[in-house]
Amino acid sequence: MSEVDAKTLEESEERAYGFWLFLMSDAILFSLLFATYAIMVTATDNGPDRTEIFGYWRTAANTALLLSSSLTMGLASIAICETRKSASFQWIFVTMILALAFLVLEIQEFAGLIAQGAGPDRSGFLSAYFTLVGTHGAHVIVGLIWMAVLCLHLALRPIGPEIQSITERLTMFWHLVGIVWIGIYSLVYLPGLYQ
Amino acid sequence: MSDVKRHKREVRNYLVGFGLAVLLTIIPFAITAAGGLSRTWFDLAILLAAVVQVLVHLRYFLHIDLRHTPRENLLALGFTGVLMVLMIGGTLWIMGNLTARMMGT
Amino acid sequence: MFGRLNEDALPFYSEIAMAGAAVTVGGGLFVVAVVLWTGSLIYLWRNWLTSVDHKRIGIMYVVVALVMLLRGFVDALMMRAQQAMAMNSGGYLPPEHFDQIFSSHGTIMILFMAMPFLTGLINFVMPLQIGARDVAFPRLNLISLYLTAAGAGLVLVSLVIGKFSTAGWTGYPPFSETEFSPGVGVDYWIWALIVSGVGTTLTGINFITTIVKRRAPGMTWMRLPLFAWTALCASILIVFAFPALTVAGAMLALDRSAGFHFFTNDGGGNAMHFANILWMWGHPEVYILILPAFGVFSEIVATFSSKRLFAYNSLVFATVVIALLAFTTWLHHFFTMGAGASVNTAFGITTMIIAVPTGVKVFDWLMTMYRGRIRYQTPMLWTVAFLVTFTIGGMSGVLLAVPAVDYTLHNTTFLVAHFHNMVIPGALFGFFAGYVYWFPKAFGFRLDERWGRRAFWFWVTGFYLAFMPLYALGLMGMVRRLQHYDNPDWQPYLIVAAIGAVSVLCGLICMAIQLWVSIRDRERLADTTGDPWNARTLEWYSSSPPPVWNFASLPKIEGSDAFWRLKERGEAYREDENVGTISLPANSNDGIVYGALAFVFGFCMVWHIYWLALLCLGAIMTHLIVSSFRDPTAEVIPADEVARHEHDWKTAARAGSRYDGDPLCDYRTVLRKVPAQ
Repeated sequence: MSEVDAKTLEESEERAYGFWLFLMSDAILFSLLFATYAIMVTATDNGPDRTEIFGYWRTAANTALLLSSSLTMGLASIAICETRKSASFQWIFVTMILALAFLVLEIQEFAGLIAQGAGPDRSGFLSAYFTLVGTHGAHVIVGLIWMAVLCLHLALRPIGPEIQSITERLTMFWHLVGIVWIGIYSLVYLPGLYQ
Repeated sequence: MSDVKRHKREVRNYLVGFGLAVLLTIIPFAITAAGGLSRTWFDLAILLAAVVQVLVHLRYFLHIDLRHTPRENLLALGFTGVLMVLMIGGTLWIMGNLTARMMGT
Repeated sequence: MFGRLNEDALPFYSEIAMAGAAVTVGGGLFVVAVVLWTGSLIYLWRNWLTSVDHKRIGIMYVVVALVMLLRGFVDALMMRAQQAMAMNSGGYLPPEHFDQIFSSHGTIMILFMAMPFLTGLINFVMPLQIGARDVAFPRLNLISLYLTAAGAGLVLVSLVIGKFSTAGWTGYPPFSETEFSPGVGVDYWIWALIVSGVGTTLTGINFITTIVKRRAPGMTWMRLPLFAWTALCASILIVFAFPALTVAGAMLALDRSAGFHFFTNDGGGNAMHFANILWMWGHPEVYILILPAFGVFSEIVATFSSKRLFAYNSLVFATVVIALLAFTTWLHHFFTMGAGASVNTAFGITTMIIAVPTGVKVFDWLMTMYRGRIRYQTPMLWTVAFLVTFTIGGMSGVLLAVPAVDYTLHNTTFLVAHFHNMVIPGALFGFFAGYVYWFPKAFGFRLDERWGRRAFWFWVTGFYLAFMPLYALGLMGMVRRLQHYDNPDWQPYLIVAAIGAVSVLCGLICMAIQLWVSIRDRERLADTTGDPWNARTLEWYSSSPPPVWNFASLPKIEGSDAFWRLKERGEAYREDENVGTISLPANSNDGIVYGALAFVFGFCMVWHIYWLALLCLGAIMTHLIVSSFRDPTAEVIPADEVARHEHDWKTAARAGSRYDGDPLCDYRTVLRKVPAQ
């Protein structure tokens, strides 16, 4: 390995590690949102509670979309690692479609809740719910933008260490988004849907 | 190891993880749809499935591995885990205790 | 169009507020005028404002900290004056203004004085100490600096446009909710915290990555200088605790601006949960402030006792244990909120436990001094004052850790005395000691010793006069944050406290004179060796000031106290034969761009100018995306320039080195030479 390559490798390792630390910080942020939701779940102020506002199939569809996108993101990262450009494009494109569908469902859900008077300003419970799920949604949006930027990179230059380093971090980010969703459907949606 | 072999192994890794994750997702959704469990058992089952699935994601998607992942990454992850328990557990305990004492419910 | 912003925001409603605004604006204009008048704008821009050199960034952090120290201290002086006067009278500050002052004093001193000060010291020293060329992410480092400055700027702007929070530095709801604080003050507080908090988190990530990945060859964990250890642990605390501040602040912002019900009285809000989350950040924050100062004291006590640090391993262990335990004590800040005996007891016990590793450290420092050849220069004076004063503060902390005692003392001036007794010696004295200790490394000349001693004595005397009466007052039942009172027994104590504040003012003036005298006499105080204190760690293994590249070739480390070993073997100033070209990251405008955008964003969020806030976010994102396409530019330093610098420095160092080769300096030899009784 030449000196330049070694330096590039070192730098991308440092970036990956720094980003890993950022993700850990982000995980703490989410755990605090989860903790807040857990203690506010009963604070409904005589408004709708958690048994009334969630949809089983919507949750299942969201889960399916996000879980599949984790797989396709992984396949994209493998393709980029092996510098196969067209496969990279394909898998990122599929991931973006899945993420977009997830967002559409979530925005629909939020809009529906707000329309029926169950917006975040209705009660402490709904504030906590919207903030937790909305913060996750914001992460999905960031991921989507990031994927678009990655596509732009792929279109404009050959796959090299720079693009691989970006992909590595994006993949880590996307898997974190997936992991947080496991927490959300397990601790927010399913307990609310269980009669 | 040849490139083809490595490619196959990495893809298989993801597919295995995906398969396990699908299974671990279907279980809690099925339990929810079926009903019949007491609340405690339901909560426990869901929590267990979630924790196992998080581990699956870490292992198969994020490639965390006790032997090959650098120690500093594992330490950061472990510390995060400890803090999550402290912060979520602490919040539930503190705020639950306050609620019980203030509102008597 | 302009949200809530209109001409009523200007401070024409009160003379004192106008004076504050005038000083702020005048100070800013004065600095700009001096820069323009001396024609140094281009110099400043090229060499400082856009520099990604960790040493320059560190110095700029300390400059921010010193400016904010002045602002925060003026607040303190005003409070002491008010309380000394306001016996059965309104004093000179109306309640609303007094409340703003104690809120901004706490916010500034912790987040915009202490945080930049320690970040600056770590930035300057840590990469040198671990034998690195720079931090892991130099450009990010610059961006973090400007985000911190943007937060500080928001607090300063609140003096001129609008008002600051009256809810105290912790901003407890429900008082900080719109219902009771409808103005912009709390919003300034929230957005200053969030903007600078992002910068601090990025700094923490940067420091951890640097220490984990960029240690010089041979610098194993147990050879890491103690200051680097404390920097690592403080950074870990930053990365894992600051999310709590962000969450608490963001939730309060949502309550205030979007009608959410996290902490409101109605709608199922739970104000107590704010305290719960805030202190999950707030308690680790105390250790973020104190640990780096512990590191400074550890370096100084070893250097000025001419001995190796006593029980290095136990100091490292204590530091790590503190970093973990810091996350287990947060409830002791709200014992009186009404949790049951079991909860309060558990957190009382963890609070007492965390005193143990801290006590271990105190003993280690004392044992380092034992049988050392102690030189009482100013850094060592601060250290000794710390040891004594901090122990007193620690004792009062253990008292407060008993929930039953806390119930009688909570929210009294006893608490105020306690935490000032922790963070002034425990953090500020450490930063001052570090400032004096590393000043010659940063600028090539020492600070004047005589004025330093004067500053020291005024500060220490002032501290005791200002805060010991508050302990007594707390026991007498005086509640904190009183704008006026009617108990004649209190006034003498409050007058003494005010005299203490004046003494601290004298200390600050002495420090200013010291700086001026030292710059004037820089020839006399010059340090040509790079090692003015005969020190032990690697940051002294370079010229003063160090070249941009720090080390011509990365040193190979073979034990703790790496530089001392080199001196012992006579290898410290040996000419380096294989010097090559060095490539460094080039200057960057990104810091200023992100900082300015973040400042405008925060300002717009405060005043509800949402269109512009969105525009700023969009601009930040666009800039991020565009810069991801830029290849990093590097500046290459030719080998002969490096070699010339090395040669000049080492020649001067050989001539002037203070290392006398006395084997007494090594503690192993000291032990061998213990005289028989």
